[in-house]
Amino acid sequence: MSIVTAAEMLTNATGLHARPAVKLTGLAKSFAASVEIAVSPDGPWSDAKSPVKVMRVRAPQGTLLHMRASGVDAQAAVDALCALARARFGEDEAGAAHG
Amino acid sequence: MAERRIQGRPAAPGFFAGTLHVEAARAVAAVEIEAGEAGARALRAAMARAGAALAALAARMQGEAGDIIGFQLALLEDDALTEGAFHAIEAGVPADAAFAAALDAEITDYQTSGDAVFAARAADLSDLRDRVLAALRGEAPAAAAAPGSIIVAADFTPSRFLEQDWSRGGALVLAGGSASGHVAILARGRGVPMIAGAPVAGLASGMQALVQADAGLLVAEPAAPSRAAFVAAQAAADAAASGAAEFALRPALTRDGTPVAVHLNIAGLADIAGLDPALCDGIGLTRTEFLFQGAALPDEAAQYAFYRRLVDWARGRPVVIRTLDAGGDKPVKGVTIDGESNPFLGLRGIRLSLAGPDIFRVQLRALLRASAHGALKIMLPMVTVPVELEAARALLADEAARLRAAGAAIGQPELGIMVEVPACALALDLFDADFFSIGSNDLTQYVTAAGRDMASVAALADPAHPAVLRLIALCAAHGVTSGRSVSLCGDAAADPRLVPLLLDAGLRSLSVAPPFAGLVKQAIAAHDLRKKFRGETT
Repeated sequence: MSIVTAAEMLTNATGLHARPAVKLTGLAKSFAASVEIAVSPDGPWSDAKSPVKVMRVRAPQGTLLHMRASGVDAQAAVDALCALARARFGEDEAGAAHG
Repeated sequence: MAERRIQGRPAAPGFFAGTLHVEAARAVAAVEIEAGEAGARALRAAMARAGAALAALAARMQGEAGDIIGFQLALLEDDALTEGAFHAIEAGVPADAAFAAALDAEITDYQTSGDAVFAARAADLSDLRDRVLAALRGEAPAAAAAPGSIIVAADFTPSRFLEQDWSRGGALVLAGGSASGHVAILARGRGVPMIAGAPVAGLASGMQALVQADAGLLVAEPAAPSRAAFVAAQAAADAAASGAAEFALRPALTRDGTPVAVHLNIAGLADIAGLDPALCDGIGLTRTEFLFQGAALPDEAAQYAFYRRLVDWARGRPVVIRTLDAGGDKPVKGVTIDGESNPFLGLRGIRLSLAGPDIFRVQLRALLRASAHGALKIMLPMVTVPVELEAARALLADEAARLRAAGAAIGQPELGIMVEVPACALALDLFDADFFSIGSNDLTQYVTAAGRDMASVAALADPAHPAVLRLIALCAAHGVTSGRSVSLCGDAAADPRLVPLLLDAGLRSLSVAPPFAGLVKQAIAAHDLRKKFRGETT
């Protein structure tokens, strides 16, 4: 099975903290594919469906977040996660003008 | 019954009169907690009960409160949180100890992350731990207080705060707690008056009481004179608040039309959360000490993220960030020296930063990088002699050169100093700083030789002492002749009675905690500088 990879810059102010982590894992869980994230292309990789593990990644603003997925809907999962990060996890409207 | 007056520390302002609800101390578990299969089953059941209570709570919550609960729920539902605990239970560790150890490891990890935003979530995890442990030990959840009660407790968790129905008012009086804690932040946000550090022993549910949180005062079973004083104080505060609200978002002008800049003093992002930057002319003082209160020192990335958020929030307005002002009454583990005979006269502020500049250099790098994104200014605390300013400037130039060589985007931040030491205030012209900010709390205690933390001499530490005001006038005059900004960022700036004296001394820039901005602008608008002029010439 092929592995789909992508990377997206975290531009929202808090980075991958509590609220964004809950959103990211919630979205990841909606796909059948296994989805992982890392702050380096070489890993270590963390399960994107686990809020506890995503919080342990501790990715602040300005981190290039690497993602990889494998499974039937892997491409769709990675696309959705990238879109969520690009949309700043729906936060931070005030900061958007400065991005 | 005789009236009892109980003095604590103000944690969230406001007034409330009502009935006490005193939370009994939780009974220690009499239940046997098991290991092995039975222990694992008990823990799963306890987690399910805690989860159901959280889910019910989340359904009622919105915004920040709902997010906190939602985050706790997400963690609780994640097997990764407890897999270590279940392994330990299987190996014979009692379920409560195993669960507590697993959560404590996670909490320590958050606290030592060196990232302030991340560390702040540690409170949510401790809250979650306590919920599950209470369920596991079969403790009944604390009886909910009737809406509109004055809740008296040893301590209070954020989720208990969020569970409580505050729609009919109420107040919170804690034996522990602090004004900077998570619950205090929630209380200020919700407008619930809160007192921390109050000696609550002897209070009982059902007593009538008055809470005057601005003064940190609880009066139980009040007599008529106390009731009258309470009503008068509340009326005065209401009138001041409604008047001040009108002024908050307007530029400050004295009655004769002289503009006065009003900046904000802040210690963290919570202080400006939800605030319109139009409230102020910028941030006049950012206390960075709180970044250094975790178990580990904050790294450059964590500091940069914080400074950057301030600059973004200010939308082009100046943001003054004070470098670490440790020492004195602000010890920082691993940084300040323990056991100095007189810490206020010891190695503190810039003295400490220059004595071991590694930590200082990290902060300067983060500040330089954040200054690429707005009008960030760097301010040095406790400067006594010009050579300290020049040494800091040299370090700043050195770090700027390194960052530029590494291709990092940096700005050219102004470098200013706090004026707190009389030796500095009296010889301000010798300091080639881009701007000056008078720290009136320390300046007053050094001029009056009266410690600000000692109740026995507090009355002597009066910023309205003519000697203090003359020093302030001297500094303001230097600002005019040198064309450099001179502001004041101590508590005196937020006292409406002192504002006219500070304006008369020549200051045209003040910096105050956000809740006081409207009040101070109102005091400025009521003051006529022409009166002083006439008074002097006739």
